[in-house]
Amino acid sequence: MSRKPRLAVFKFASCDGCQLSLLDAEDELLAICDRVDIAHFAEASSDLQPGPYDVALIEGSITTAEDAARIRRVRLDSKFLITIGACATAGGIQALRNWANVDDWVDSIYPSPEFISTLSTSTPIAQHVHVDFALHGCPINYHQLVDVLVALAEGRQPRIPSHSVCLDCKHRGTVCHVVARGVPCLGPVTQSGCGALCPAYDRGCYGCFGPSVPANTSSLLNKFRMLGQSPDQLVPLLRNFNAAAPEFQRAADQLTILRSNDEGTPS
Amino acid sequence: MAQTSAVLFFSKPRLQSLLDELRTRGYCVVGPTIDQEAIIYDEILSVDELPRGWTDEQAPGQYRLRRRDDDAWFGYVVGPHSWKKYLFPPKTTLLSAEKTANGWEFIPRADDSTSFALLGVRACELAAIRIQDRVFLDGPYQDPLYRERRQRLFIVAVNCTQAASTCFCTSMKTGPRCEQGFDLALTEIDSGFLCDVGSDVGQDVIAVCSAVEATSEQQQSAASARQQAVDQIERRMDTSDLPGLLLGNLDHPRWKEVGDRCLSCTNCTMVCPTCFCSSVTEIRDLNMDRVDRERSWDSCFNPDFSYLGGSLVRNDTASRYRQWLTHKLDSWQNQFGTSGCVGCGRCITWCPVGIDLTEEVAAIRETSTP
Ligand code: SF4
Ligand code: SF4
Ligand code: SF4
Ligand code: SF4
Repeated sequence: MSRKPRLAVFKFASCDGCQLSLLDAEDELLAICDRVDIAHFAEASSDLQPGPYDVALIEGSITTAEDAARIRRVRLDSKFLITIGACATAGGIQALRNWANVDDWVDSIYPSPEFISTLSTSTPIAQHVHVDFALHGCPINYHQLVDVLVALAEGRQPRIPSHSVCLDCKHRGTVCHVVARGVPCLGPVTQSGCGALCPAYDRGCYGCFGPSVPANTSSLLNKFRMLGQSPDQLVPLLRNFNAAAPEFQRAADQLTILRSNDEGTPS
Repeated sequence: MAQTSAVLFFSKPRLQSLLDELRTRGYCVVGPTIDQEAIIYDEILSVDELPRGWTDEQAPGQYRLRRRDDDAWFGYVVGPHSWKKYLFPPKTTLLSAEKTANGWEFIPRADDSTSFALLGVRACELAAIRIQDRVFLDGPYQDPLYRERRQRLFIVAVNCTQAASTCFCTSMKTGPRCEQGFDLALTEIDSGFLCDVGSDVGQDVIAVCSAVEATSEQQQSAASARQQAVDQIERRMDTSDLPGLLLGNLDHPRWKEVGDRCLSCTNCTMVCPTCFCSSVTEIRDLNMDRVDRERSWDSCFNPDFSYLGGSLVRNDTASRYRQWLTHKLDSWQNQFGTSGCVGCGRCITWCPVGIDLTEEVAAIRETSTP
């Protein structure tokens, strides 16, 4: 591209953590501004320029009818649409409502529930519009975001590794929790991005970066069952930030079937 | 070298003098120590850091530290780390370039000044180092970092006196006895260490331990300690039809079955002491005035590793597992004239779902299409 690409950042149902990581990239921010023209970024500036945009970064999931319409307008206004973070790519932690009764939750949480108008589900952006590129993580890794932006400016493919978290554990010399302690860890079915942070700090992986490409959840869950983990313990592990990612959703749903079978079995 | 035929003996506390001497000579001594509920390899300053009185219990997909009922200093087998991390580090910057007023200036990798002394190298691990020597040093292209570190390497081998359920070095003819490729090789008995000297430097260094010639009783107990390891090895791999068996059965249904269990997580290739794959990436800073060429361990289980001509060549887990096993046990022979497996059992223990290559080979053989 000869002129600088015009960048817009849009927020849907989310905590703002992912878009803030763009501001956190303090050392790189000036260089980024040299390469892209930030046209619409409410967290950073009240000067919100209208579209069309070359690149739209989408944070957050779709939880209201209004947002379902708004994402379509954003799509029409944007050449290249990138989802950032677990909310946008997989519905986020708020997708837990997909397995609950939203009205009950609204009634128990808000003093005046009549003002709340929300859908009964939280869904990823890709269920509503075409997504050109997805950047995973809860939150995203800002180095990856910077690489995506620079790659777009340069017209090359972003370099986002898709290997499992385990490879990063081995690079760091972290001893495997599953093998040495019998602790469940989602690392083998989770995409890299954090540098295997949790296993290095004495806990199994929570799957923040979502399912890896080969995500063989059924084999891994078999192993965890053999380690004595019950479906009651394993379902919350999968129904987390990426609960509505298809691989994790399917695996957790299968576990709940097992659970109801277990309950149905006379002891 | 001037081989001393005599087997030497020194008492256990003297091992500290060996460590001190190696450090005085400028070596960074790395050896076994307990960390993260396992026996790993790390820098060792004192013999107190050795896993004295501890052992490891291993099974497919399982590793546990256990107290021993004696105070053995080297009474464990092999753990999650391998020595390859010292000769072929997980991440290395190979080259950098900086933009100057006169164009790009290339900055070669700084000469590597670390000399490592490895303490506690097992027979299968000596064999693994020999294999990586072929990979990195034979042929027209040598790996300079590996060469620099390898040339300066000092190896204190330690004979196994016990084996894990995952060990099969006897099948791969790599152990459990340390026979070559060391400067010193120890066998631990209750009262101290017997020591074979394997090089002139070894001969020189051992002087600080005030070692004396071992008595025949001491040699007897060392021999029976070593025999105990041989006797404990239960796992076998029939190598009579390797190479050939696996490449001759590329369409065997077993690949699909193991592909259904395999997580494609890369752990087996990372812990394997002979796997040598890496990716090289050029990382440019945002201002476009510096580029670093970085190499890091990679694996044929990483889907992206087979990205070629715009798509993935091995696009399912079965084909990735098949790549690993056929390379390790079959095509490695054509490539390097040895097997790629030394029978250390790490890939069996550290596979989260306990996939066992000896079982896979046996299953393929059973219904092999000749
Ligand atoms: S701790 Fe978790 S992420 Fe790390 S190697 Fe083990 S299974 Fe993989
Ligand atoms: S293939 Fe497995 S048993 Fe063989 S050398 Fe590698 S890690 Fe050890
Ligand atoms: S088995 Fe895989 S990772 Fe290991 S050397 Fe061969 S191709 Fe590389
Ligand atoms: S064989 Fe085991 S360790 Fe290797 S990639 Fe498959 S699941 Fe991971």
